[in-house]
Amino acid sequence: MDKVLSNKKVIALYVLPSLLLILAVVYIPIVLTGYYGLNEWNGIGAMKWVGLDNYAALIKDHAFWSSAGHSLLLAVFSMLSLIIYLVVAMVLAAKLKGANLFRKIYLIPMLLSSVAIAQLWLKIYHPTNGIMNTLLESLGVANPPAWLAETDLVLFALFIPILWQYAGFYILIYYAALKNIPSSLEEAAKIDGASSFQIAYKIKFPLVMEVVKVTIVLAVVGSLKYFDLIYVMTDGGPNGSSEVMASYMYHKAFKAYDFGYGSAVGFFLLIICLVATWIIRKATASKDTIQYS
Amino acid sequence: MKALLQFSQQHKHISQKGVVNVFKKSKSMTMALILCLAVVTAACGNNNSGSSTNSGNTASNGASSESGSDKKVTINFMHLWPEGVSAGQNKIVNQIITDYQNEHPNVTIKQEVLDNEQYKNKLKVLSASNQLPDVGVTWAAGFLKPYVDGNLFTPVDDLLSGELNGKFVAGTTEAYAIEGKTYALPLEFNIAPIYYNKEIFKKYNLEVPTTYEQFKQVVKTLSDNGVAPIALGNKDRWTGSLWYMYLADRIAGQETVANAIKGTAKFTDPGLQQAASEVQSLVDANAFVKGFNGLSNEEAKSEFTNGNAAMYLMGTWDLPNFTTNEDIPQSFRDSVGFFKFPTVEGGKGNADSWVGGPGVGLFVAENSKVKEEAKAFVQYFVTKWGEQSVTGAGVIPATKIDTSTLQLPQLYIDLFNELNKASSITLFADVQLPANAAETHLNMIQSLFGKAVNPEKFASEQDAAIVKGN
Repeated sequence: MDKVLSNKKVIALYVLPSLLLILAVVYIPIVLTGYYGLNEWNGIGAMKWVGLDNYAALIKDHAFWSSAGHSLLLAVFSMLSLIIYLVVAMVLAAKLKGANLFRKIYLIPMLLSSVAIAQLWLKIYHPTNGIMNTLLESLGVANPPAWLAETDLVLFALFIPILWQYAGFYILIYYAALKNIPSSLEEAAKIDGASSFQIAYKIKFPLVMEVVKVTIVLAVVGSLKYFDLIYVMTDGGPNGSSEVMASYMYHKAFKAYDFGYGSAVGFFLLIICLVATWIIRKATASKDTIQYS
Repeated sequence: MKALLQFSQQHKHISQKGVVNVFKKSKSMTMALILCLAVVTAACGNNNSGSSTNSGNTASNGASSESGSDKKVTINFMHLWPEGVSAGQNKIVNQIITDYQNEHPNVTIKQEVLDNEQYKNKLKVLSASNQLPDVGVTWAAGFLKPYVDGNLFTPVDDLLSGELNGKFVAGTTEAYAIEGKTYALPLEFNIAPIYYNKEIFKKYNLEVPTTYEQFKQVVKTLSDNGVAPIALGNKDRWTGSLWYMYLADRIAGQETVANAIKGTAKFTDPGLQQAASEVQSLVDANAFVKGFNGLSNEEAKSEFTNGNAAMYLMGTWDLPNFTTNEDIPQSFRDSVGFFKFPTVEGGKGNADSWVGGPGVGLFVAENSKVKEEAKAFVQYFVTKWGEQSVTGAGVIPATKIDTSTLQLPQLYIDLFNELNKASSITLFADVQLPANAAETHLNMIQSLFGKAVNPEKFASEQDAAIVKGN
């Protein structure tokens, strides 16, 4: 069997189908996007070669950089929320009564489609009939804000459902990683008189560090290219105050019919994601991985 | 600990062996699975290319077979009235197609039905690969232009000067004309009145306003009594554009508005700027529902239909909701009236000038293999649609109709009468402008309503976008 698997032809045979698929639906479109970004194109007629004009305009585009700022803010928030998820996962992984039920409850938002979540939160945030403002009014707040219409608030109002949506996913990952830690370690620490905080901080956290690194990359890249809830709930508005990079790309390409510029935004987004991933890998790379055994 | 590790290693070893065994046994099965996958993906590919080339094939077959009226012809027709969303329209389309096929037994009409947004996207994709359906649905002016520039639609002026001459309401086909040629025939025609809730007006002893001063008084009374005066869903942006367009029309006059959009006048015109600052003073007077910039048009509409808001400026496409739609309570439908946008004292516009325009129209593809047959079908369709769409789907057709012979709700009849009196109709700004400028206009509208820009910036940004011309 080993012989079969080390045969180059067999390797090629097994790798080829998915390789072709991934080339056709991921890499070739990326290259094409880069190429479209060098053209002026309305998506219908002929393309006009403009070289790097689109990218030059993009560098100077305030609307783009403000959307990039919003994306970055989302990335920071989702990174910070990872701490909460890890704590929750630690609590759930401890042998707690009802932990199993809670784990499932946390997972439910992940099973809902983004559009359903968006509709749900649109109802919650509704300025007059929404549960949020009804609640605030009953608590005595005289004039609760219209969450999705205030330029200063809308972005944060959107972050809540976005973070809520993915909480279950990260909790599940952390939960699985924590469950993988041999219980003998914890027992040994307990015998040595370590407090639960010490166990969590000194033993559990270092052991799931590799997983944490992966989730940081997932959270940051996921935030940078985030699109769906924002598209449904505010469509980047009002006045572009909740525009993120992906929705800006969509608006440029599919609303303003500026496919060349839209492609340039998309390609830039890819580069930003790659750079972010690289930086995170560099920043979190440790020379020696901790192992207890 | 060591023991544990050893055990796990052993276990690993065992499991690896197990895997190998299983693998050996199921090697052929895995191969078969891969083959299956390959076949499935290949089938997908085939299927796709099959259906898209199909149109070309059948069409060329039709064209190449012997000439004469009895040759077999297939016309591909793509439209956006799915049964679920637009039941009324869907029924009419099917009826027209069946009738046409009965009258022309040699013609087969193949439908492809998509939802609005999907339709727009598919049309783009098809035109990029030059595989447009023979007949399809398009919007006017700004939407149409790239397709005409790309030489994808064929002019239909011969139909207009032929049997359809004089059948259309004035000002409708013009919206589909580019450089003197008409590229589509309109099916719908809409104007935007202000609908109001008679019950609420009665409760606060309000009269229908005819001047802007009276209108502001109505707004003030309603807002003082804690009723939201106007339902507006400005997340969609074109909704707010209607308010600006009307104010601009009433203050600066229809011609100035039209010229500013065309680029021959400027939005910095004092009248147009005054309209922009009037918008902001309406916002200051709490004229619009709370959080309007975050509400979609649908949400705003439900504020109106729930009786939470007193007025609603919207196109006549919403008439079924206020007349025949059984999903909305009868008591509400009975209490809906409409009035014309009030005149502004000292303004140049008059009350019979409307903002509106044709909705969708039918085009014939330039590279259609069955162009003549497709044109004949379009002509038939437009005529029949005009006869059936009002009663069947509540759509106001772009063709002239005789209201006296139709059983229609009073609201329709009143609006038809207003239409006949209309002095001018200004096309919706976002329809008229090219795509990029339309986006700027819409964004500026939302910012103006949200008071993120002042009227000067509102004007200069739009002028800059219109000068760019894309």
